[in-house]
Amino acid sequence: MNVMVNGKPMVLEAGTTVEGLLALLRVPRQFTAVAVNREITPKSEYAAVKLGEGDRVEVVRPMGGG
Amino acid sequence: MYDTNLVIGGKEFSSRLIVGTGKYSSNDIMRQAHEESGAQIVTVAIRRVSLPGSGESILDFIDTTRYTLLPNTAGCYTADEAVRTAYLAREAGLGDMVKLEVIGDSRTLFPDVQGLLESTKTLARDGFIVMPYTNDDPVMAKRLEDAGAAVVMPLGAPIGSGLGIRNPYNIKIILETVAVPVIVDAGVGTASDAAIAMELGCDGVLMNTAIAAARDPVAMARAMRLAVEAGRLASKAGRMSKKLYATASSPLEGVPDWTS
Repeated sequence: MNVMVNGKPMVLEAGTTVEGLLALLRVPRQFTAVAVNREITPKSEYAAVKLGEGDRVEVVRPMGGG
Repeated sequence: MYDTNLVIGGKEFSSRLIVGTGKYSSNDIMRQAHEESGAQIVTVAIRRVSLPGSGESILDFIDTTRYTLLPNTAGCYTADEAVRTAYLAREAGLGDMVKLEVIGDSRTLFPDVQGLLESTKTLARDGFIVMPYTNDDPVMAKRLEDAGAAVVMPLGAPIGSGLGIRNPYNIKIILETVAVPVIVDAGVGTASDAAIAMELGCDGVLMNTAIAAARDPVAMARAMRLAVEAGRLASKAGRMSKKLYATASSPLEGVPDWTS
């Protein structure tokens, strides 16, 4: 299925969960937040939330800033 | 030297200097500067991870058991964007404190006070410890306090401008107007700027560029630590009053007579 992750198109296996996506991208859980279609996914639901065709995912972490 | 702690939303901090993590030439310099600054709170931005995600992260250079990470909503131009960013930061595990920025203009980076007020209300209602980056208008400072802000953070000058405390008189009025801590945030350029902010009576100073963009950030971080301490001590010591004319420091009597 086609999804957008951080503004870039990605092709994922159908049924990929948020947890699966993070593992694929080698992004740690700690200090990471994820939003799918503008809704924040609670960390407790990463393994339960399955991504779907056309989903827009934001994966964010702390970066340098003032 | 005994002093009370800076209290933000019920959390206590002995350091009154908050520093940023942006614009450093290297993460290692940043780490050393943080150490020299004595800061206990460091600000971070919330941004998309570059993918794949196994590159160097600033978090590798910040001992998160020692420093409190304070997420900002930099880059947000609407209340909605700022609120969403704050919730993302909280979900990321960064706690309830948020440096709330709603920017009104990209050249000056001055706050959009309307959006700032609206998002302060929304976030304060949901348990966030809101630290709004605001302008030096005492009326706005009071509105933010009434809206539930835990502190108010008036700018000294535009972000990254290094122009210092452009309107100390307004900052002084803000100090008389609100009961919450007042932390000057933005515009500090060198040590004296930080000292001036503290001498006015401010409760703290937040800076990023002043340290990161100095030729020697680690030395400047140390200077800022001392400046904030010196300014705080001077403020608590109660300065002498200013006079138009001189009053001699040495006694007027007992001067030897050299006339013949």
